[in-house]
Amino acid sequence: MIDVNIYRYNPETDKFPYTQTYTIKKPEKDIMLLELLNILKEQDSSISYRRSCREGVCGSDGMNINGKNGLACITPISQAIKKNKIELRPLPGLPVIRDLVVDMTEFYAQYDKIKPFLQNETQPPAQERLQSPADRDKLDGLYECILCACCSTSCPSFWWNPDKFVGPAALLQAYRFIADSRDTKTAERLEGLSDPFSVYRCHGIMNCVNVCPKDLNPNHAIGEIKSMLLSNKKKENIIVSDGLG
Amino acid sequence: MQNYNSSNIKTLEFDALIIGGGGSGMRTSLELAKSGLKTAVVSKVFPTRSHTVSAQGGITCAIASEDPNDDWRWHMYDTVKGSDYIGDQDAIEYMCSEGPKAVFELEHMGLPFSRFENGRIYQRPFGGQSKDFGRGGQAARTCAAADRTGHALLHTLYQNNIKEGSNFLNEWFAVDLVLNQLKEVTGVIAFSIESGEVAYLKSQATVMATGGAGRIYSSTTNALINTGDGLGMALRAGFPAQDMEMWQFHPTGIYGAGSLVTEGCRGEGGYLVNADGERFMERYAPNAKDLAGRDVVARSMVLEILEGRGCGEKKDHVFLKLDHLGSDVLNAKLPGICELSRTFAGVDPIYNPIPVVPTCHYMMGGTPTNIHGQAFTQSKGADEIISGLFSVGEAACVSVHGANRLGGNSLLDLVVFGRAAGIHIQEALKTGGGVKDADSDDVNQALEGLNKINSSNDGFEVAEVKRELQSVMQNYFGVFRRGDYMEKGVSALSEIREKVSNLHLKDKSMAFNTSRVEALELQNLFEVAEATAIASFQRTESRGAHARDDFKDRDDENWLCHSLYDPIQKTLSKRDVNFSPIQVDTFEPKVRTY
Repeated sequence: MIDVNIYRYNPETDKFPYTQTYTIKKPEKDIMLLELLNILKEQDSSISYRRSCREGVCGSDGMNINGKNGLACITPISQAIKKNKIELRPLPGLPVIRDLVVDMTEFYAQYDKIKPFLQNETQPPAQERLQSPADRDKLDGLYECILCACCSTSCPSFWWNPDKFVGPAALLQAYRFIADSRDTKTAERLEGLSDPFSVYRCHGIMNCVNVCPKDLNPNHAIGEIKSMLLSNKKKENIIVSDGLG
Repeated sequence: MQNYNSSNIKTLEFDALIIGGGGSGMRTSLELAKSGLKTAVVSKVFPTRSHTVSAQGGITCAIASEDPNDDWRWHMYDTVKGSDYIGDQDAIEYMCSEGPKAVFELEHMGLPFSRFENGRIYQRPFGGQSKDFGRGGQAARTCAAADRTGHALLHTLYQNNIKEGSNFLNEWFAVDLVLNQLKEVTGVIAFSIESGEVAYLKSQATVMATGGAGRIYSSTTNALINTGDGLGMALRAGFPAQDMEMWQFHPTGIYGAGSLVTEGCRGEGGYLVNADGERFMERYAPNAKDLAGRDVVARSMVLEILEGRGCGEKKDHVFLKLDHLGSDVLNAKLPGICELSRTFAGVDPIYNPIPVVPTCHYMMGGTPTNIHGQAFTQSKGADEIISGLFSVGEAACVSVHGANRLGGNSLLDLVVFGRAAGIHIQEALKTGGGVKDADSDDVNQALEGLNKINSSNDGFEVAEVKRELQSVMQNYFGVFRRGDYMEKGVSALSEIREKVSNLHLKDKSMAFNTSRVEALELQNLFEVAEATAIASFQRTESRGAHARDDFKDRDDENWLCHSLYDPIQKTLSKRDVNFSPIQVDTFEPKVRTY
């Protein structure tokens, strides 16, 4: 038997959140945590959590698993069970709507703030804009972000200033567009991040890198942004000199 | 629990309403965002959680990058042949000829396509592709962003919707269509999942972009959210569905887990082997081999398994071999597959083959539409536009996929017809097209389903009934079908209907009540399943994905046509396929071999 301790909170009935323990037989197969939650939901339909793709690409089921953020659908229970127990809590630092569901408004607002879309005011050609494979390679490790918020909600700086610190997820995307050879707004993008909070509240704690379920490295991207801000050079010079190519 | 009626719920008014925030919905909304019309996208999940995100291999389009001489007419030929000749040739022509424009637009929006050395978009070979109308050998026409093309496409569309200021009602669930006395669609009843608040979302144009319903089967590549909500609503409103017997079983779902393994694996040189290590597709499709149409490959796999040459202890799957491609190719071209395979099959494809099995993947059928996304019904054998209702993407049957979709054509379908619907709606609304208001009785009628489930005090368990439904579909309506089995399936479904109409919603709370959503989703799944079952039973031939043991041959004399399912009578009628493209000659039906 295993104990699955789930953070419960329903705003209509609960004054305070509490932990509910579900004791169930340990499944014979090493299923994913999301499947375990689905089994529990059949017993208690009131448990609430988000889920969609169940294969780690949609980013719905980010949650705090034994103290560490991750995606339930790609976390095998063999990894999650510690001393016959699993602790499931909502992603930290964001308001809880219900149970394992958090209000991600502030997270998305930071994403919107970095203008997460390609900006290029030159007239596009009749076909595609050309991009060398080497330039395209610079987007690897950046564009794959699934916006699950595991990184930003594991970041103490984001907990402290969720309205002013852009946070690792959105900064990774900020750099994804800075690094894109087709984007012409590097100077404006950097200018938008140059205040004391947006980027500089990152103190290199590295929780983001530690938890990212897609093995991305927001800390590296943030470092690139910081060095570009500091050297305050034109995009071309920086991209050539930063050794990314 | 409160009973909702037209006077105690909010009405929110829009010019255009898009139900679904996946690829097709967001391509429609992007077009409309630029128009100044008041638009909203209603999505039950945050848009980037939509199932488009799981598309892997690419978007097929004759952009003439890999082959400068490529021609959209060759793509059209392949698509018509792939459809086993019941794809509408006017629609296929539109998709293939407009495709390059739509793909270049995506690139201009920032989609991070992989690249060739010359800087152009990378294209890979996919199944069913040819050059020169089948005479010039295998083509490489699928534009890709590694093996994460759907993710890249969906995020790019969301990002550009942010740029254009689109309005989103995220985590809102649409329950039922509202119809006025003229049977025009005037919007939907929906609720905020977060707060539980119910509203009448009133609109001049309602676009169903709700995707597929692969969850009618127990084994599927589809996301948990793929429950055919739009089609379910349309069927409950009495509107027909077309070609519902046509479900694609993707050859390579991960054995046990169902997750998709892209056809791009075989495009990059991977191949299937049986327990003897034999590359068996050489026997079934001597020319195209592993890149034959998906229906052909899936059936060949099942035959290998049935004849005892399956792999594993239970001999119930085959292997997809990739290790010979080497780690450089796999890491560069198929990184997502390597990740999925390690997670869900416990296999690293760099060293070992992936266990795979044909898995329900795609619904070729759907709400019948024209190329502008306008939904229609039939009256006395003639098509009749349903005012106010549109459908795009997998939810729609326009029909570009006919009896079998080619890989990479779904993403193209999304952007081409999402865009087309957006353009049409703008023009139509600017020239005064619109619908009459629904009255309070009409709104109350549309609230009945929600009120019923909210007031249930006992009844059947959602999870149990869903499992029952899925196993009926899996057992009786799979890769190979037989009349006597299907008849059993149809009657099992009529018993399940009783249960679906009497579900017990135990948790009546308002805030983020996912059990309410799941109960309503099950009702949508059921409508889709029943349409599938009846259409499958009645199409007495084998064509494309619909393979019958008791009617093994294609029967052009009787069935070179669409099927149209009437949800009120529960009957099937026939509808003509379009054989009249504008810019090219008709592609006449031929024997389909690869």
